[in-house]
Amino acid sequence: MLSRIAESLFWIGRYVERAEDTARILDVQFHRLLEDPWIDEDAACRGLLDVMGVPIPKTDHLGALEVCEQLAYNPTSPCSIVGALSAARDNARGAREAISSEMWECLNATWYALPEQVAAARNVGPHGLFRFVKERVSIMGGLSSSTLSRDDGWRFLVLGGSLERVDMTARLLSARWGDAAGSPGWVTTLRCCSAHEAYLRTYRRAVDASLVAEFLLLDRLFPRSVFHALSTAEACLAELDPLTTRSGLDDEARRILGRARTELEFRRASELLRDLPSHLARIQGACSEAAVAVAERYFRQTAPIEWTA
Amino acid sequence: MPRKRLRNTRPRSIGWVGDLLDTYVEARSRSGAWDEMFGDSGDPRPPYRALLETLQSLSGSDLEERCVARDRSFRDQGITFSLSGEERPFPLDLVPRIISAEEWAIVEAGVAQRVRTLERFLADIYGPGEILVDGVVPRHLVTTSTHFHRAAYGITPPNGVRVHVAGIDLIRDVDGRFKVLEDNLRTPSGVSYVVENRRTMARVFPELFTSHRVRPVAGYPARLLEALRAAAPAGAGDPTVVVLTPGVFNSAYFEHSFLARQMGVELVEGRDLVCRDGIVRMRTTEGEQRVDVVYRRVDDDYLDPLHFRPESLVGCPGILNAARAGNVTIANAVGNGAGDDKLVYTYVPDMVRYYLGEEPILDNVATYRLDDPDQLAWVTAHLDELVLKPVDGSGGYGLVVGPSASDADLARLRTAVIADPRAWIAQPVIALSTAPTQIGDHLVPRHIDLRPFAINDGESIWVAPGGLTRVALPEGSLVVNSSQGGGSKDTWVLAGAERGPSDEVVAARASAGHRPPAGQRPDPGPAGGSATQQQQQQQQQQQQQQRHQC
Repeated sequence: MLSRIAESLFWIGRYVERAEDTARILDVQFHRLLEDPWIDEDAACRGLLDVMGVPIPKTDHLGALEVCEQLAYNPTSPCSIVGALSAARDNARGAREAISSEMWECLNATWYALPEQVAAARNVGPHGLFRFVKERVSIMGGLSSSTLSRDDGWRFLVLGGSLERVDMTARLLSARWGDAAGSPGWVTTLRCCSAHEAYLRTYRRAVDASLVAEFLLLDRLFPRSVFHALSTAEACLAELDPLTTRSGLDDEARRILGRARTELEFRRASELLRDLPSHLARIQGACSEAAVAVAERYFRQTAPIEWTA
Repeated sequence: MPRKRLRNTRPRSIGWVGDLLDTYVEARSRSGAWDEMFGDSGDPRPPYRALLETLQSLSGSDLEERCVARDRSFRDQGITFSLSGEERPFPLDLVPRIISAEEWAIVEAGVAQRVRTLERFLADIYGPGEILVDGVVPRHLVTTSTHFHRAAYGITPPNGVRVHVAGIDLIRDVDGRFKVLEDNLRTPSGVSYVVENRRTMARVFPELFTSHRVRPVAGYPARLLEALRAAAPAGAGDPTVVVLTPGVFNSAYFEHSFLARQMGVELVEGRDLVCRDGIVRMRTTEGEQRVDVVYRRVDDDYLDPLHFRPESLVGCPGILNAARAGNVTIANAVGNGAGDDKLVYTYVPDMVRYYLGEEPILDNVATYRLDDPDQLAWVTAHLDELVLKPVDGSGGYGLVVGPSASDADLARLRTAVIADPRAWIAQPVIALSTAPTQIGDHLVPRHIDLRPFAINDGESIWVAPGGLTRVALPEGSLVVNSSQGGGSKDTWVLAGAERGPSDEVVAARASAGHRPPAGQRPDPGPAGGSATQQQQQQQQQQQQQQRHQC
């Protein structure tokens, strides 16, 4: 398939996942800000913007409202929900023939509905917007899963989504590190990943810091764990380039992800937890490097040649 | 703490609360009851000032939008109850009930004291019976209680806890003092609505929370799970806890599934359990798995057909013998009903003095004991002024409010009371406190009560901050039970000066010198808006125009 199309699909996957994860995170954090009487709102908001990699505005007091402006309503930032969905739609517009028309319609209709949703969110509270985004992204996921052939295009789409998911989960965990083991913040982290109920069913006990980290990093069965998403991304890469060499690999991205995955898989949980921040930083780094390697290998485009007189 | 800001405040032309204040104050003075929001002078009480201010900045259409969002949220989540065969969203009133930290401290201490006392009482009557020997509580009173089960005699729970969960119903009298209306030690329900009400309020009415510091209630299921695990028989290293429900057709099924989901444990029906050799197991795809603690939401009568109703299909035959053998813990324990019998209730203040050597923190409501012939005679002559309650009832069933009952009803009641005086108690009509409640597009005073929930894990008794506030929706009605058409309110306990868990975290972080690493910028997408791309775009557009010109 065309490199340009492949790149668009990869980024549709990433942006859609980014929009969904951001909506999940904000939905939980926003209501925690309201409901927790002891929270330091300014510090919590700064922490949230920081972990999402958004520059922190220079004001005396940051509130939930400003965080929503930055991470949800901002139409130009690729880190905000509206920005990410717009970018996904832009990419889909150039790749309409490669995705099913239902997928395009879904993204397009979502994009058209955003202004109204944002206006309502500003007026009566943002929960409706978050819910809308989660639902639309789920429809998008369902449509791509039921209408796309499992060809390379599908693989780039899933690859992008998986890498973004690894990145987001790693960000969430690194925000929490240093909190007391029984802190309610760990429940918030689980709920941000929609993992609270799955966690409870797995461990059947109150939330504990090291178990949460273990669950979100290493669980083999939960689809939002770092391990699960890394494995999915790796599988996509393996299918994209099924030829294996006699020794080693010649796919740089696969090498990077495989190394990150084995770092997790073959380490004791206690060992990981002792030095969690640096492990998380490595995982995030691996995601970025892998994305670059994928781009190098598959999306190589020559810059347009300008003929000058 | 700086005030949290959520929305851009904009001037409103019409404040819907403002319009209603005159009628509200007038209506509340007519009822003569204690009003939660306004003092006698018509000024808002301190805990309600900020709420009133926020409400006054809203318009009627705002309120309408919230109502729609609230109903849709409850309906979509399946939080409904059936009233006369019709499924309706759970009735949550949009104006919260607020309790100050100082008032709550009294409630908390009083409820814990009460639960501690009743725990001692149950251990006593199902064991040595000292209080009966000492004559503080008459023996015949306990043995004639419908819910006193001889089958439970001599069963000692592993950590001594029989009342794992208690719901103590409180009301506020005309002077604003909290009083205990009844105790629920069997399977008090409603806690799922406490948690869901809060969640829904935060979603549909976020701005109400911005000027308050409300203590969270979402930790309840985790507390319950810890208490249930602590109650497991000795030797169960990693105890298996299950919630036993009568099934999907039970009116409280939502709550059963809510608790199981929030605790991450299995929700079982009687047919999923099998009891053999004094051990309870559940049938799973991986064979039978041993169960250590059963948090049952099935009444005693239906729990074990070997001991109680033989026709029960929702229980687990043999579970009581397994509990007696010390192989499983039943929570709440069998036979707790003897402690919340409404005639036994009249003795609770004496029990507090007897067992704890303390004065009761929360008083009882004045109650006539009808097994005393003098009191019986007086009560039967004054039925039209009193509230009559069956001693073993719950959910407001069988309750008769004298002043609003017909003559025929009163005659029937008189016959029933004289035939079996042990089965009834009488109380004066108490004007429950009132709180502003939305009816149509107005706020009007309606009577409310409060059911705080307490969890006993054997070490301490934890009272969830808040509880279920129930509202009697018809004007002047004093019956708040949801099975009788009552509504509910989100109940806010304001945070006092004490430090919360988040503060501990901040302190721990500060002392450890910990700073979370700065987040990396997210990967940017393919360069958009670059000069060459813009040029490409322009050329693409030009191509189009040329084609159209052809």
